[in-house]
Amino acid sequence: MKRDVAVLGVGQTKFGSHPDKTLPELFAEAFFEAFDSSNIELKDIEAIYFGNFVGEITDGAANLGGFIADEIGLRGIPAYRFEGACASSSVAFREAYLAVKHGIYDCVLVGGAEKLYSAGTPIGTRALATALDSAYEVNSGLTFPGVFALIARMYAKVYDIPLEKLREKIAHVSVKNHKYGAMNPKAQFYNKFGDLKVEDVLNSRMICSPLTLFDCCPMTDGASAVIIATADFAKDRVDEPIYVRGAGQASAGSLFRQKWDIVKALPRKMSAEMAYKEAGMSPKDIDVAFIHDCFTIAEVIASEAMGFFEYGKGADAVEEGLTWADGEIPINPDGGLIGKGHPVGATGTAQIYSAVKLLRGELDFVKVDAETAITDTLGGDFGTLVNIILSVHRR
Amino acid sequence: MFKDFFSALMEGKLIGVKCKDCGEITCPPKSTCNSCGSRNLERIELSGKGKIVSYTVTYVAPLGYDAEVPYVVAMVELDEGAWIVGRLDVDAEKADKEDMIGKRVEVYGKEFPTEQFYPDKQRRVVPMFKIVE
Ligand SMILES: [Zn+2]
Repeated sequence: MKRDVAVLGVGQTKFGSHPDKTLPELFAEAFFEAFDSSNIELKDIEAIYFGNFVGEITDGAANLGGFIADEIGLRGIPAYRFEGACASSSVAFREAYLAVKHGIYDCVLVGGAEKLYSAGTPIGTRALATALDSAYEVNSGLTFPGVFALIARMYAKVYDIPLEKLREKIAHVSVKNHKYGAMNPKAQFYNKFGDLKVEDVLNSRMICSPLTLFDCCPMTDGASAVIIATADFAKDRVDEPIYVRGAGQASAGSLFRQKWDIVKALPRKMSAEMAYKEAGMSPKDIDVAFIHDCFTIAEVIASEAMGFFEYGKGADAVEEGLTWADGEIPINPDGGLIGKGHPVGATGTAQIYSAVKLLRGELDFVKVDAETAITDTLGGDFGTLVNIILSVHRR
Repeated sequence: MFKDFFSALMEGKLIGVKCKDCGEITCPPKSTCNSCGSRNLERIELSGKGKIVSYTVTYVAPLGYDAEVPYVVAMVELDEGAWIVGRLDVDAEKADKEDMIGKRVEVYGKEFPTEQFYPDKQRRVVPMFKIVE
């Protein structure tokens, strides 16, 4: 018994700094927005799928499923916490989707929360590094910017682009995503860096060479929430259900064990192909993409692995404007992780928040006409990859 | 298992496993072959020589590593085919100015203080890469 699945309401807190709130309190804010736009009753929600990466380290908080349920008035129902690094809430979303699709539940709540900004940069950087190989990568002091710095140099070599030239090309990702982030009232950098120039990116503080501060997404506190149900349940309650057409997921281990596959982000290709296959679609059917731009180079290699550009052409594409809001395939018109912020465990369902809003024509600060969207969330150094395809069309 | 790898490294030996089914060499050793997933493995000693595939100079370190910045993290392709992560025994300034990719290196082990989240609570051993040409 397979059922069609749709999104009802979505919610997202302002991204940035929330030192005054616990993780459950922060999540409650996102949940209330999602619930209030779903036209359902509390008792309709049968289970909670919650994503969080490092609550233990940032807030001394684990076992969060129950605390989340309790905070929002749903004490008693099954509540799970999912951890897949930066993809935590996308993993939660896919599991929730599969449960509804296969008849386990009719209506569930998905979301995530994280507080990395409040943790401070040294603890935040160490916490993020737990997503790397703990024995064989972290011991050298490898960090997340470090991983993508390694990848940037490999990309330059493999495609024979001088490193300085590549730095300029990928800087356009930061310029683009900061432009849209500055327009997004819920973004960490709302009204900031909207006029960023390529030179600003190149000349900002070096974090892990060749990547500078503006090549990186920020540390962020935030939460997001999505309510999903069977399509039949959803269409009776909301005017514009957004249908979940496909979901893919793939895995990998240590970065160094992936060798040259790193540059092609192979697990992402596997995950995206799984999602396209389920949806009966190809990259050509996608109108807009919300891609995991934790770093500028990350968006570029993702845009290739997901099939929007040939391998080695992604950096040219952003420089030529093909991924801007008015381009061939708009990528991250909500600001992405770089402009909007990256509250790790909340990022996946925040991408879904933006995608759903955009497909309903409610993302009013940027103009993109779209009927079908894809999200892309990366956990670790390709350890966990999730892609979700959403559409206004049920079939 | 991971402690054996680092103990050997401190004695000047780089150890790994060779797959008796497909011939792939996995280093650092894991429970299965990196190529085919087989458990039919034998322990071997590698040459410790290879070339730099990529590297980065780290200026912002995680908690527990701050005293060591700037440091150069590198990924090396060993002559036997396996890739490993370690630190390049080169000045940060030099690494940022010159292209280090492709340079031949030799690996050795160096001990650093451990930190609260590192799985070895006694010490933290880092594979160091010395440029040999
Ligand atoms: Zn094998």
